[in-house]
Amino acid sequence: MSAIIFLIFLGILVAGGFLAAFIWAVRSGQFDDDYSPSVRMLFDKDDIPSIKPESETDEKNEVTESEEQPDRNQ
Amino acid sequence: MSETKCVHCGADCGNSPVIWDEKPFCCHGCKAVYQILDQKKMGQYYEIQPMSGIRIEKGKETKQFAFLDLDEIKEKLLLFNDGNTSSVKLFLPGIHCASCIWLLEHLNTLHQGIIYSNVNFPKKEIYITFRNNEISLRQIAELLAAIHYVPEITLDQLEEKQKPSANRSLLVKIGIASFSFLNIMMYSFPEYVPGGHLLEQEFKHVFGWLSFVLILPVVFYSANDYYLSAWKGLKYKVISIDLPITLGIIALFLQSSYEVFTGNGIGYMDSLAGLLFFLLIGKWYQSKTYEALSFERDYKSYFPVAVTRILNGAEEIIPIKSLKKGDQIIVRNQELIPADANIVKGIANIDYSFVTGEAMPVPKNPGEFVFAGGRQIGTAIELLVEKEVEQSYLTQLWNQKSDKDEESRLNNTINNVSQYFTAVVMLVASISFFYWLMNDTPGKAVYVFASVLIIACPCALALTIPFTFGSTMRLFGRKGFYIKKTEVIEQLYRTTAVVFDKTGTITLNREVTINFKGDVLSDEDIQQIRSVVRHSSHPLSTTLNDYYRDHEHITISTYDELPGQGITAVVDNLRINVGSKAFVLGEPENEATTESRVYVGIDGKCKGYFSIGNRYRKGLYDVIPQLSQHYKLHLLSGDNDSERNNLREIFGPEAELHFYQTPTDKKAYIKKLKDEGFKVLMIGDGLNDAGALAESHTGISIADDVFSFSPACDAILESKRFGQLYHFLAFTKKSFGVIRSSFVLSFFYNLIGLSFAVTGMLSPIIAAILMPVSSVSVVAFATFSIRILGGKMK
Repeated sequence: MSAIIFLIFLGILVAGGFLAAFIWAVRSGQFDDDYSPSVRMLFDKDDIPSIKPESETDEKNEVTESEEQPDRNQ
Repeated sequence: MSETKCVHCGADCGNSPVIWDEKPFCCHGCKAVYQILDQKKMGQYYEIQPMSGIRIEKGKETKQFAFLDLDEIKEKLLLFNDGNTSSVKLFLPGIHCASCIWLLEHLNTLHQGIIYSNVNFPKKEIYITFRNNEISLRQIAELLAAIHYVPEITLDQLEEKQKPSANRSLLVKIGIASFSFLNIMMYSFPEYVPGGHLLEQEFKHVFGWLSFVLILPVVFYSANDYYLSAWKGLKYKVISIDLPITLGIIALFLQSSYEVFTGNGIGYMDSLAGLLFFLLIGKWYQSKTYEALSFERDYKSYFPVAVTRILNGAEEIIPIKSLKKGDQIIVRNQELIPADANIVKGIANIDYSFVTGEAMPVPKNPGEFVFAGGRQIGTAIELLVEKEVEQSYLTQLWNQKSDKDEESRLNNTINNVSQYFTAVVMLVASISFFYWLMNDTPGKAVYVFASVLIIACPCALALTIPFTFGSTMRLFGRKGFYIKKTEVIEQLYRTTAVVFDKTGTITLNREVTINFKGDVLSDEDIQQIRSVVRHSSHPLSTTLNDYYRDHEHITISTYDELPGQGITAVVDNLRINVGSKAFVLGEPENEATTESRVYVGIDGKCKGYFSIGNRYRKGLYDVIPQLSQHYKLHLLSGDNDSERNNLREIFGPEAELHFYQTPTDKKAYIKKLKDEGFKVLMIGDGLNDAGALAESHTGISIADDVFSFSPACDAILESKRFGQLYHFLAFTKKSFGVIRSSFVLSFFYNLIGLSFAVTGMLSPIIAAILMPVSSVSVVAFATFSIRILGGKMK
């Protein structure tokens, strides 16, 4: 019997975790745009030859770095 | 003639396409974009979605972004700036496909200074992070304009920062409600299966308390909009549908809490959570809006952000807000006059079609007064500002707000029904209460009272409107008719009078009918005329040039344009005069003609004149007879009455036609119709209709490009769908039929529920079955009926 109570609380905890994840996702704007991500994932990352080859590496770093910026500013 | 399609935009290239890289282009603008992308090896843009480029219409190429260098404006636009990097959000109405996303998110290939760009497709916005020392905001705007994604920066964007999306908090509310609903349902389940009573008492306690804890955020957070709305309704002395819902929620919560506290079970917590979950889903379905469309625009989104001022002989760009009376400003070709002013220098030729409805540009001379909002066509003019922007005649008119939103929100069918509904429910509850009080214990009486309120909670009723109208709104949206809010559908349904504006609404803005009267023009003549007019930026010249675009043009030797009169030029050793009657013939203008005439003289001999008239929108001839059978039709035109006879023929003898209407007249006319008891639908397109659109019960603004400026309204109709207007109005009647049927269905469920409640037999299991079944079936009925009916719609 105490096992059942334990499992129930565990269940709430897990479901609560998903709820928290959902709320985080909504707050960070993941539900604001439901079209572009579906298209974006189909683009190849490396298909544009960069004009200056030496800047290619740090360009990539910056992209990952700045990906969080929309949240920071909202 | 085979059609050659432009590689960039897919438009027909005509007879002489611009060729580059062995590919055809319709114009140099398109070719330029191709060159930029080709140089940076971004040809993939044309592979993702072929021919998806944007074409910039002639005469609109000149967009100045110099004002973006002003610190005052920059500060307002930038979301973030730490000195080295900045970020900005820009509205790009041109975004429309996957290729756009690809190109705009690879902006850093076009310019090193851009670090990162991200597109929000539904909002048509781009978010850009860039290095300040490598690229300026102005250069970004120019870069975007160069690839034909012209950013739209307007005054009202500067004034208010983007508001956070209301959708987000609704989603959080739904998330919490669904979390609680699913968990509580699990705890309630043992009670419903056979042998549930064998469950140990301890479990009952744990489940009861858990449910109680889980329901708290639902009742106190997820549902708070309903309490607010019910309270607001009461303040306006209206019993809105949210009032019985609130009563039901309170009854459910109190009854269930009582059972938990006394250890009798877990009450109706599962029904309560489920009910709120369904209601919120309905709200979400209804709140689906067109984010990239704006229904709230006023003159601020139409006016420029900055103007060129002349101070001590030097030109400088200043924000429009700093413009003062007595300032001297320059207004160039295609620019707007920002404030009421006097002309100091230059010949003005002002296109007022958008602000007053006059179809043809009005010539004005130095010393004359011009109203704000007109667009200068031709050479630059200098103006002396007489009134500040806020005080100008037309801006004041546009600033008048109406409170019809609040009216329509509260005064609608569902609230009318809910008044009777609430009264009947309270009556039934009271009678049952006294019956049981006399025949049983007070405890039983309270229980029955609460049960009636619980089961009568008009969940199914409240879901009818969001799902029926929400589906209708989506259907209309797919067909090019965009509605601001679901309430508008009801207003459309109630319409009894339809009022049209003329210029731009039933006539086409750019296209005209051209007839030549006089001698027959030979191909050579046409060639010569075209060669002359193509050098002029006067609207009539560009019209003629466009009309004869399939003819070759030849070089001309001398050229002289006398503003407001005409053009004289020498072609093939022949003197060609094109212009007004006085200019070509030397005779005074005939006062009686109201159509636009362009006279042509070749080698001293008058050949005749072009008469240029409005062309009516496709579908007008179909739509007006359809509408006139069901509605009283009116036409309000700001223009002269030269087309009265044509329009009378189309509109029929019943319709009222009014000409020379100022924006104030139009507004007053709508007010008069309203006072006579008509439910008025106004259809307009320009700022001159803004007052009338706001005054009417429903204002529809018609637009060639729904994402560019349209005055504040309740719905936007794509101009190519104009012919379907009647079908849209007719469909709202069908939507109402669906609503009536859904009401009957939900009353039927309520009747069953009430029979359990008044007899004191409403157990949690009955509530738990009846409530979801009624909600889901009503939702399904509403959605599928609209789908099926919509499928038949043309």
